[in-house]
Amino acid sequence: MNHFRPASKHLFSFVLLCLLCAIWLHSASPDKRITVYSPTTTYTLNLVEHSGHDYVGLLEMLEPLGRVSAKTERQRWKLRFKNIDAQFTNHNNKARIGRRDLDLTAPFLLQNDRGLVPVDALATLLPAFLGTPVTFHSTARRLFIQQNGTSYSAELSSANPPRVAFNFSAPVNPRVATEPGKVTLVFHRDPVIASGPATLNFNDKTITAATFQENNGMAEITVAGTVPLMASFSNNGRTITIAPAPSATAAQPPASTPAPGVQTATSPPAPPAPTPVSPAPVRRYLVALDASHGGDERGAALADNLPEKDVTLTLARRIRGQLESRGISTLMLRDGDATLSADQRASSANSAHVSVYLAIHAGTDGIGVRICTAALSSQTDTRGPFLSWNTAQAAYVSASQAMANNLEAQLSRSLPTRLLSAPLRPLNSVIAPAVAIEIAPRQPGNVADLNAPDYQQSIAAALATAIANARDGAGGAH
Amino acid sequence: MIPRHLQIGIIFLFIAIVVMAFYARRMRGRVAETDSQASDNRLVAPPVSGATEQVTLYVAYDDSGVLRPQIARIPLPSGRQQRGQELLRALLQLYLEKNSPHPLPASADIPDLYIVDPGLAVIDMNGAFSDNHRSGILVEELTVASLAETLLANVPGINRVKILVDGKERPTLAGHADLTQFYDIAMVSKMVNQLQANQ
Repeated sequence: MNHFRPASKHLFSFVLLCLLCAIWLHSASPDKRITVYSPTTTYTLNLVEHSGHDYVGLLEMLEPLGRVSAKTERQRWKLRFKNIDAQFTNHNNKARIGRRDLDLTAPFLLQNDRGLVPVDALATLLPAFLGTPVTFHSTARRLFIQQNGTSYSAELSSANPPRVAFNFSAPVNPRVATEPGKVTLVFHRDPVIASGPATLNFNDKTITAATFQENNGMAEITVAGTVPLMASFSNNGRTITIAPAPSATAAQPPASTPAPGVQTATSPPAPPAPTPVSPAPVRRYLVALDASHGGDERGAALADNLPEKDVTLTLARRIRGQLESRGISTLMLRDGDATLSADQRASSANSAHVSVYLAIHAGTDGIGVRICTAALSSQTDTRGPFLSWNTAQAAYVSASQAMANNLEAQLSRSLPTRLLSAPLRPLNSVIAPAVAIEIAPRQPGNVADLNAPDYQQSIAAALATAIANARDGAGGAH
Repeated sequence: MIPRHLQIGIIFLFIAIVVMAFYARRMRGRVAETDSQASDNRLVAPPVSGATEQVTLYVAYDDSGVLRPQIARIPLPSGRQQRGQELLRALLQLYLEKNSPHPLPASADIPDLYIVDPGLAVIDMNGAFSDNHRSGILVEELTVASLAETLLANVPGINRVKILVDGKERPTLAGHADLTQFYDIAMVSKMVNQLQANQ
């Protein structure tokens, strides 16, 4: 009879423990998040759980909405947002904002000088700071400031093959996940809300139903069908059409086509339902904005209290505003003080299939703006269908150069500009036209320029114009 | 009454403690002396003497953000590795001067250069070079291009350059210039051509 030797037993136990840990980690619930939608920006913050309540940092919550500062005085935490002073006390349910006393749903917490407020209290707190009403979907943790959200309608076209067109009241940019018989549109940044019932039944054999749900700071529309489905974008991102994938269409019998010899006069075919938009599907034009550095990685110390990471984030937000005002969707790779590796940035941009990747840097040397494309080694390592991560940009070098020329043409109208190829990560790993800019002061050594709103705004406007021109030149698709 | 053998044991232990304390104190003094010697990273004079040779150093200028070739005469040995070391030493000396066109940290040094056939030069800079280097795309690219092009232009047979810091790979020089990749002739030439154009 065979017995485990002691060493084998230990090894077996160790492997079992590892497996259990892996299963436990895999099944762990994702981080709780809240998403804030305001007319100027959308951002997501992680929540902290304490004594059964969800908390969020109030400073981080208000930072994207206006000038805010905070200081700790023993157990008191004082915050100034624009011209409104607020005071909170550690472990106390009372807060004073301006001249108003407010009750919080759970005690205020002060952790390492970070002021945490219960999430449920945001619906009361934020109007006191902003002076405008907010709508808070508490179970889904989605907060809408001064806006009604993006509503949508769905129409089924009973043509062959059938298709469902979702028309949104504003351009949207969801992540599309496909599974057999199911397409899920995940809206991380779009304030999509359901204006009608959450579930729509289409009474169709191919596309059966669409379900809206919102959870953990995002919304989802899941379209169920009996065949593989695919999504296509049109109408500048306002319309998403769900239709059977081409292979499924070929396999599907032509149900609505009358058989030869069949008398159709007695049962006239119903006129096809109106199709709101039927242009050829085009992929959306999406610009990834990468505010370089962030978190522990501060970048260059531009001045005593001015790290590069702050300048790049401010400029990235300005560029986002300019691009979105031109109808161009954006993907902010960093919209807070997060630490991201170069590989994470490239990976995010690649998985979103961006049309353009723009990295933003700032430096004190020289003047104007430097526009950089990837400096790639001539030894590209290709292994069959696989791309080398370090030279994945190789196929896009000319497209990146063209984009850099576009940016240079626009920026050079008002600023000294310079084109460079730079050994700068993650440009070499991005599978899209990829450009980095490094802004420098207007005048040599005038570091204050780097954070000057008018200077940043002029750069953001020029960049957005150049990208919009490039998009129009590319026919809106990539 | 404490047993006699225990008394003897305690006395021995006490003596051992006193001796060890003296020894530890002496060793600490030696370590401090060694550390102060190790932290003295000032450049020493080039060890090579004899006939000089004309070389082209690629020198970075921060004021205009350009890289300019500069002819210099320095004593060069015949071996490729020693030749490369002398070239980098000459370049570094230029950058560490008082009126340097591209100031580097005072303690910056390139203690080693390895030539690995076929055609790979590995520059091993010290931690202070990278840790205290100014951060920025342009300023870091100027340093990398200056080092790489000076080697590629003057040491025969080198077609690739790799930069290590304290013998290990680092992601970037000071937050921007990628040190994970190999810099080959074509890539460096393109960078140098662009950096030679005035802003």
